[in-house]
Amino acid sequence: MLTVNLAIIIPFLAATLVPVLHKKISRIHIGWFVFIVSAALFAFLVRYIPRIASGETFLYTLKWIPSYHINFTTYMDGLSLIFALLITGIGALVTIYSIYYLSSNENLSHFYTYLLLFMGAMLGVVFSDNMMVLYVFWELTSISSFLLIAFWYHRKRSREGAQKSLLITVTGGIAMLVGFVMLYVMSGTMSVREVIATVSTYSEHSLFIPAMVLILLGAFTKSAQFPFHIWLPTAMEAPTPVSAYLHSATMVKAGIYLVARFTPVFGGEMTWFWMVTGVGLFTLFWGSFNAIRQTDLKALLAYSTISQLGMIMSMFGMSSAALVNGYSVDSVIFTQAAFAALFHLVNHSTFKGALFMVVGIVDHELGTRDIRRLGGLATLMPITFTIAIIGSFSMAGLPPFNGFLSKEMFFQVAVNISEFNFASDTWSTLIPVVAWVASILTFVYCMIFVFKTFLGSYQEEKLEHPAHEAPYGMLFSPMILGALVVLIFFFPNVLGDYLLRPAMSSIFPTIAENEDLGVHVIPWHGFNMPLKMTIGVILLGILLFISLRYWKGIYKMFPEKWSFNTLYGNILEQLEATSNTVTNFYMTGHLRDYMVYIYSFFILAVGGMLVITNTLVFNIEGNASISSLEGIIALVMMIAAVTILFAKSRLTAILLNSVLGYGVAIFFVLFRAPDLALTQTVVETVSTVLFLAAYYFLPEWKKEDTRKRSKSVNLIISILVGVIFTVVALAVQNGKLFDSISSYYENSYELAGGRNIVNTILGDFRAFDTMLEVVVLLIAGLGVYTFIKLKARKEDASVEDK
Amino acid sequence: MEFLVIILSGVLFATAIYNLLQKQLLRIIIGTVLLSHGAHLMILTMGKLKRGQPPVLTEGVTQYTDPLPQALILTSIVISFGITSLILVLAYRTTQENKTDNMEQLRGNSNE
Repeated sequence: MLTVNLAIIIPFLAATLVPVLHKKISRIHIGWFVFIVSAALFAFLVRYIPRIASGETFLYTLKWIPSYHINFTTYMDGLSLIFALLITGIGALVTIYSIYYLSSNENLSHFYTYLLLFMGAMLGVVFSDNMMVLYVFWELTSISSFLLIAFWYHRKRSREGAQKSLLITVTGGIAMLVGFVMLYVMSGTMSVREVIATVSTYSEHSLFIPAMVLILLGAFTKSAQFPFHIWLPTAMEAPTPVSAYLHSATMVKAGIYLVARFTPVFGGEMTWFWMVTGVGLFTLFWGSFNAIRQTDLKALLAYSTISQLGMIMSMFGMSSAALVNGYSVDSVIFTQAAFAALFHLVNHSTFKGALFMVVGIVDHELGTRDIRRLGGLATLMPITFTIAIIGSFSMAGLPPFNGFLSKEMFFQVAVNISEFNFASDTWSTLIPVVAWVASILTFVYCMIFVFKTFLGSYQEEKLEHPAHEAPYGMLFSPMILGALVVLIFFFPNVLGDYLLRPAMSSIFPTIAENEDLGVHVIPWHGFNMPLKMTIGVILLGILLFISLRYWKGIYKMFPEKWSFNTLYGNILEQLEATSNTVTNFYMTGHLRDYMVYIYSFFILAVGGMLVITNTLVFNIEGNASISSLEGIIALVMMIAAVTILFAKSRLTAILLNSVLGYGVAIFFVLFRAPDLALTQTVVETVSTVLFLAAYYFLPEWKKEDTRKRSKSVNLIISILVGVIFTVVALAVQNGKLFDSISSYYENSYELAGGRNIVNTILGDFRAFDTMLEVVVLLIAGLGVYTFIKLKARKEDASVEDK
Repeated sequence: MEFLVIILSGVLFATAIYNLLQKQLLRIIIGTVLLSHGAHLMILTMGKLKRGQPPVLTEGVTQYTDPLPQALILTSIVISFGITSLILVLAYRTTQENKTDNMEQLRGNSNE
């Protein structure tokens, strides 16, 4: 039984079928096939709900690279089931929506291939138990998201948005991979379950905190937490179904999933608590603060998504307080935070998906989504208006919508945490204050969303098409989501008992053994602190909304050039400019410069080594004697070599060069190497002829216009290289460790049947060298021939021209 | 003797490098030739000089010069000859095509 693994593979298989089917069956919209796939997966996963709710978990393994402990292992528990249901359920709804949204002129097979890739990758992320496999799927979501954002690749802004999101999420992904490797080093296992089970044995390890920070970096970049949130608003260049699916309901929650999944590992650390809570709360505030200034509806929703993700993130952070001191009756109260986080996670997916679809409808029907051009659509688009009301009121946290319940729980959690003074008091009292202020701002932008779009005056002259209600096919998905928003408010405990309760035991495995962590959600919970806070939010929010144009001026204090986007852009530009400058600085294109680098490195490395290891030993004892003839020849050769440098004409240089060649030949004679002397004489003669031929064809030497400074650099380098070679040779020459093996070759007559030892070595003992040397000569000959004979024909010459 | 030959090849190396750092093709090629002369002498010296008779089996001789470096040098001479002739022709062809044998002028565009 590998059914869960199969559920991950099916979308990938279907993705390969999409282009084929699209080509074969052109009458039916290919989206329906995708809808069937995702709906079937949803139905398949729904069947597991009762068994998961009763505490069962499912583990399947498919061997992949067993020798590296990398196996395609899936683990289904409450937590992964929630995400999987969101992925497939909203996936199915988004597919229906996209069928009506995208016109058939679009490149549909690309769109649905990418979408299915994404769906499979996302299912892989939430079901994978093996950290490496989790990482593989994680990057696949980044890649498919990249492809989907740049779906209209002819637009510059789409490409920029795709590039930015890829750079940021992949940077985080790599950080997460490093964190995973660290975890593997510490725990010795790739399995997340086993990592959780053995956490107590290595939580003191020095890599523990770095691993945590790196994994959190992955989670924060993916879930658009501050300051990595900047990719999400630019990713709004994607088609609206993509924004609704990836950038509100599923992919941006992958980071949240990672945090929830690793809470049992790292949750016991205060660093985790403060990082997750702090970053989450600040993102919550920053997102809601920035959402108000947006004039583009999708940008507004993007910032609101950032803000809501921050809220969920901070709740998961607060819930880790339950693990800090281990299990006790008091600490169970903090597990509510995780429950609230999961609850809001589901709620957010429902209402944010609906809202994005509403914006898509407005954009699709009117040709614009600029708030300043919209207004008065309520009577013209009643159904869209109703869904917008439901979605944004739920987002603002108003009854009777599900956002109200999760916001109440959020306030309750924030109040609880502030009363629990395990850290400095000022910081923990700040938590509910920030949460409250951010909720007021949330309320304001929700009102902006509804009232500026649908109420006010209808301005037909600013629209591209006159307003009218969207087709029912397009309205179907947001209607379902809107209905869910209301249903969850009235029956929250169905969701709580069947889905959230089993997920709680995944997040707090140690506490769940002792306590039932399910929370009974009641819409009316008495006139307590959270309710007072909500009333405050509504009153102040209305006040701020009415007085919006009086205080909107404060946004001028944060001009565009001070934003993180500008910072990101500058960093990219600087990186490119700096690396260009650096490369241009040393890659000059002068051959001489590269020679200087090479020899300078040689001098530093070999010369430095000689000095450091103090191997500058000479010993001329045991040297053969020098006869006067040999001394004279050596002297002549040295003079000849140095004179070449000063030669004014080429002929002098060539002749001096052959003096050297014949000098070497004489040395070969003196040193009892007859074959060498013979060869050297012949080769030198032929070489001289060749040089003279070249002399005939090459232009006359001009005086080299080298600057004095580089001339002396040349001189120093060449002298140093010569000295180092000499010193190394002298040091080596006297340090013989063992006898030469050459006495063996004196058997050449017995073994090879020849008396000339050198020739038997060349032709018998080491004939392989000789064979390849012949090949070298052959190739050189062919090269010479082609250089002289082959010439580009006239018509070929134009190929290289620009 | 070894000392003297090593000094000689050191001088050959130094002059060879100086030639390689020049701009005209012919000088650079002469540099490579000097470099191979230096290397050959050095290989020979490493096998000790003048320790016996030429390495051809002869009645009554027991002491031979080390034959192995000689075989290596023989191979090397042939290879460096092949290379030298190839780059000479290359220089010839380059000069013909580009009307110059100066490395500075053969460099191409600065902003490539």
